[in-house]
Amino acid sequence: MNKETKNTEPTMQVLPHREDLGGSIKSLYTIIVHSENIAGLLNQVTAVFTRRQINIESLNVSASSIPGVHKYTITAWTTQDIIEKVVKQIERKIDVLQANYFTDAEIYQHEIALYKVSTPEFQGNPMASKIVRRHSARIVEVNPVFCIVEKNGMSEEITALYDELRAQNCVLQFVRSGRVAITTSCFERVSEYLDMREEQYRQQKKEDNHE
Amino acid sequence: MKERITGAEALMRSLEHQGVKTLFGYPGGSIMPTFDALYGHRDKLNHILVRHEQGAAHAAQGFARVSGEVGVCLVTSGPGATNTITGVADAMIDSTPIVVIAGQTPVNLLGTDAFQEVDLVGVTQPISKWSYQIRSAEDVAWAVARAFYIAKSGRPGPVVLDFTKNAQTEMVDYAPVELDFIRTYDPDPTIDEQAIQKAADMINWAKKPFVLVGQGVELGNAQEELRAFLEKGDIPCGCTLLGLSAIASSHPLNKGMLGMHGNLGPNVKTNECDVLIAVGMRFDDRVTGNLATYAKQAKIIHLDIDPSEFNKNVKVDIPVLGNCKKTLAMLTALLEEKKHTEWIDSFKEYEETEYTRVIEKEVCPKTGPLNMGEVVRAVSEATRNEAVLVTDVGQNQMMAARYFKYTRNRSIVTSGGLGTMGFSVPAAIGATFGRPDRTVCAFMGDGGLQMNLQELGTIMEQQAPVKMILMNNNYLGNVRQWQAMFFGRRYSFTPMVNPDYMKIAEAYGIPARRVMKREELQDAIREMLAADGPFLLETCVVEEGNVMPMTPPGGTVNEMLLEC
Repeated sequence: MNKETKNTEPTMQVLPHREDLGGSIKSLYTIIVHSENIAGLLNQVTAVFTRRQINIESLNVSASSIPGVHKYTITAWTTQDIIEKVVKQIERKIDVLQANYFTDAEIYQHEIALYKVSTPEFQGNPMASKIVRRHSARIVEVNPVFCIVEKNGMSEEITALYDELRAQNCVLQFVRSGRVAITTSCFERVSEYLDMREEQYRQQKKEDNHE
Repeated sequence: MKERITGAEALMRSLEHQGVKTLFGYPGGSIMPTFDALYGHRDKLNHILVRHEQGAAHAAQGFARVSGEVGVCLVTSGPGATNTITGVADAMIDSTPIVVIAGQTPVNLLGTDAFQEVDLVGVTQPISKWSYQIRSAEDVAWAVARAFYIAKSGRPGPVVLDFTKNAQTEMVDYAPVELDFIRTYDPDPTIDEQAIQKAADMINWAKKPFVLVGQGVELGNAQEELRAFLEKGDIPCGCTLLGLSAIASSHPLNKGMLGMHGNLGPNVKTNECDVLIAVGMRFDDRVTGNLATYAKQAKIIHLDIDPSEFNKNVKVDIPVLGNCKKTLAMLTALLEEKKHTEWIDSFKEYEETEYTRVIEKEVCPKTGPLNMGEVVRAVSEATRNEAVLVTDVGQNQMMAARYFKYTRNRSIVTSGGLGTMGFSVPAAIGATFGRPDRTVCAFMGDGGLQMNLQELGTIMEQQAPVKMILMNNNYLGNVRQWQAMFFGRRYSFTPMVNPDYMKIAEAYGIPARRVMKREELQDAIREMLAADGPFLLETCVVEEGNVMPMTPPGGTVNEMLLEC
């Protein structure tokens, strides 16, 4: 450290002023969690939300590209301050590899939705099929009673199609998958973390053997 | 070399492999095969039969807290398991390494509401560090190795093993398992040298630095590193309830206890320092009071091994992740030798104020009934301040913490986070097994003693040398004090009708003495400490005594009340 500057605040410039915790602006966050595939982990992850009475908007769990590792994509409305704490408390669970939160700007996200529409209503209304085409949705099943329309897209697009079809009075059932998301960052944090942990362990073993 | 044995036998061998010598438990239907195996291992595994499973959990906590080893409980399924839950939750919030092994109905009956079935993993997941169901004998050696590794490494905590009955009786080819790596769990995080440098620069810049000492210092065995750090930087410190024995009470830089009923100086100075350095503590609301007015003037450096503690309650300027045994040593190396004489001297006026307005009256009264603080100080001095202090919860706890003196590490065993009444007697039993070489003094009120009174049976059977000091005021004193201060003296269900404790002690064959007069106190304490084995000293203390000073809940730390 430079001797002349010793009595100034050496690190103050780089530190933003400490603010009170508990900012109140809520937004929709996407939380991506990677964990070992162990029974009961879903419970542990959702319990962190329950404890703070945060409602989970959507939840998707599936195998990830890494063998033995499961990926959770969760969305919830809350504040940045709270989501930071939630993510750390999820990550604290022994069998959780990593938990991170993202805003919509930091991820590419998609949903899939199925719309079951009444065939007579659908055929009797030329608007209905126009709407399906305009939304680039696909009809995947047709029989005399009902058709099934499938749509991939952003959450808002799926809602928009639903709203328009419903206005035509032909929707019998509607289901959406909940969000799946991929980060748009160039770093693959989970694989890098796993490599780092394995390397650390090898180093530690080496040191232990030398002692 | 593998040997074919039952899962229950594999558990015994696995426990021995972990170095376990003492366990606390209670048998029952679903754990019988394991107790049968235990019968053959009595020469190596000393099983202490408690009188209630809650006692087993607290005894394991007391054992762990004084010894630094993992405390072990062995109980049956259903009610046996749920009775340990208070202890599990207590160990979680106070970071105490224990392993609870509970029986469970066989796998083929799981989910059928079988006799004494409870979803223990489901129940304990939110309050344990790890909770796992052993469903086959193949799993035993691995699960035990993982349980002990998780319980004692990193930030310690409780682990629950739910041991199905079929897994106890099935045969398995046993070989001991070594486990020192879990890829998802990093108990010894890499230290960020930049963070250390930034923190050191900040401390070197400080004119009025102040350290908050938490239990993390004891858990990390960093007591010497802390002392070196404080002395090189000439930095005063305050201790949290659980951190009280991390540095000797008599050390000139130790300014006393933090928190709601802590000492005046460290609380006031928290809101005057320019750099606040928190070491292995978690900014509990009982320490911070109102967060909106807490240390707002200070830059805050937080040393902790658990990243989820950073910014949890108090926004931190420089978080330093890692084992404080290492981070403190690295910081010390970068510290400039300093003198903060004026700053340290500024604590004196508060010490004097507190002494004249609170301490002197509490500890050295000339007339009237015995005071709690007076009893505590007399016991502490009679042990040359070298005993292990165990407390219950309430006024007795705050008085004991305030007026006991600490000269040795790992000398306070108290339920800090959960505030579990009934903790003291079983925890003290555990402490006598964890450190048989030390005197164990347990302070309790008349409420707390009755909450786990049955454990006098364990003390009797084991002749566990617990020195019990009952401070009887015929009230649930702490609640009564709050009722007096905040609820217009409406004493809603706090007067306590008490049994004759001398007769109770007599029934258990425990030597006892009741003291009502000041002149008898010293002699009674001598008799208690001279007794070879347990002793119950009942002191009849002032009925409406108050613990002072006090930061009222939600109050500001530098506005403590000295009188009420």
